[in-house]
Amino acid sequence: MSIEVKNLTKSFKNKLILDNVSFKVDDGEILAIVGLSGAGKSTILKLICGLTKPDSGEIVVSPGDIAMVFQYSALFDSLNVFDNIAFALTERKEFKNKYTKEQLKEIVSQKLRLVGLEGIENKMPHELSGGMQKRVSFARAIVTDPKTILYDEPTAGLDPVSSTMIEDYIVRLKDELYASSVIVTHQLSTIQRCADKVIMLYNTKIVYSGTPQDMINNGNEYTKQFINACIDGPMKVAGT
Amino acid sequence: MNYNRAIEIFKQSATYNLSLLLLKQAQDFFETLGEMGLRTVQVFKLIFFDITKKEMNWKLVIEQCSRFAVDSLPITLSIVGMCSIIISMQVAPEMVKQGGEKFVGMLMGVVMTRELGAIMSGFAIISMIGSAYASEIATMRVTEQIDALKVLKVNPIDYLFVPRVVAGFIMMPIIVIIASTFGLICGGIAAYLSAHISRLNYISSLWQGLYIKDISVALGKSACFGAAIALISCTCGYLAYGGAKGVGLSTTKAVVWSFVAICIIDYIFATIFFF
Repeated sequence: MSIEVKNLTKSFKNKLILDNVSFKVDDGEILAIVGLSGAGKSTILKLICGLTKPDSGEIVVSPGDIAMVFQYSALFDSLNVFDNIAFALTERKEFKNKYTKEQLKEIVSQKLRLVGLEGIENKMPHELSGGMQKRVSFARAIVTDPKTILYDEPTAGLDPVSSTMIEDYIVRLKDELYASSVIVTHQLSTIQRCADKVIMLYNTKIVYSGTPQDMINNGNEYTKQFINACIDGPMKVAGT
Repeated sequence: MNYNRAIEIFKQSATYNLSLLLLKQAQDFFETLGEMGLRTVQVFKLIFFDITKKEMNWKLVIEQCSRFAVDSLPITLSIVGMCSIIISMQVAPEMVKQGGEKFVGMLMGVVMTRELGAIMSGFAIISMIGSAYASEIATMRVTEQIDALKVLKVNPIDYLFVPRVVAGFIMMPIIVIIASTFGLICGGIAAYLSAHISRLNYISSLWQGLYIKDISVALGKSACFGAAIALISCTCGYLAYGGAKGVGLSTTKAVVWSFVAICIIDYIFATIFFF
């Protein structure tokens, strides 16, 4: 079992965000988390990678690195692409002085090749398009060959072609690293192309759990509202 | 019923809103103070471990040292130079009138080494470096770059705070030496131009006003200034939240807190060493 979340509860400033949420992700599997904005999807990712602590419940992650691809890439804007990707290998105490300059160059160019961006090592993040930044952040995330990869809205703000490209990379990374992945997304195409399983969050709880195909074909009233993008339905957007 | 109505009316009053605002300010003050204390302990613990385990990232320290000194030196020299010219122009003619031209250099020496050199350099560093540190780290915070550091298992305090604090501690005394020397030269020129005090007279008088104790206290004090400015600025940036407004607020907070901190440190040094 790669990721097991048991009875997770989290609140911010007395507002309950997640209540007794449980799910599992197997090795080499991709789980998509969907739901309305503010449903606690990104909070789950932050809890899994340890950026925030749960109020109660347990998260068990198999040994190995956890990587995260942030919604807005979160590249270090004072470093060039090479330094961004090699960052964990040069700055993490356990890797310090482990790799020579030549080895680092080889690893970085291999990761860049994997995301289809060879030869941009010397560029600064602000010189790249949104899609390229996202792919560089993929390369940075996988530089330590993680066993768990978390994606926070990986295709948000990208054009449909770039989105498809990113989705292909997600599947490719899963196959190459045999990593378990969790994707937070609003896009049906990402769910259909990438995910093995889907859970839907609403009002602090999981309201649907199943496969993408099942969600689209059968589903329940929540998934139908989500897929058809209806305002009327059991889910109410905050503030309406 | 009347009681509830009275509470409602009170809640709409200016007194209530002002009290709430003051309470929020006080809460924010104590929260920041607590965070400063926590970060100070963390940073000094990390510096101790990094030095003893020989894990200090000297490349980052040197990078920050060059930034600390090179970026800030022109503005520091301008401020200290102008202040010393103004003091010299105000004081020298008056002293000449009273027959005290032999003491102008001495006075400038005492003023510059004990106070002006360090405190004016401190103010210049806060405006140039402190604000830059705070806004840089605040931007990293609001754009999730600090979260990315944590996910990559790099301690943000070790990576962002430690090199800056060490650079401040090392470079600030050097800046103060350069700025004070420049200030004394400017003061001498101003004394000559405004009161015709000769170069020889100024230098011999200055020599009498320079004490090893004053210089060493000024160096110790400025090292503390440098570390405090870096620490406060980094902490304020680290606590930022929101967006552009959060970055702006944290930068303002860093500048204000740093000003207050160096005044307090200056007072502590003056009390310990000169009273």
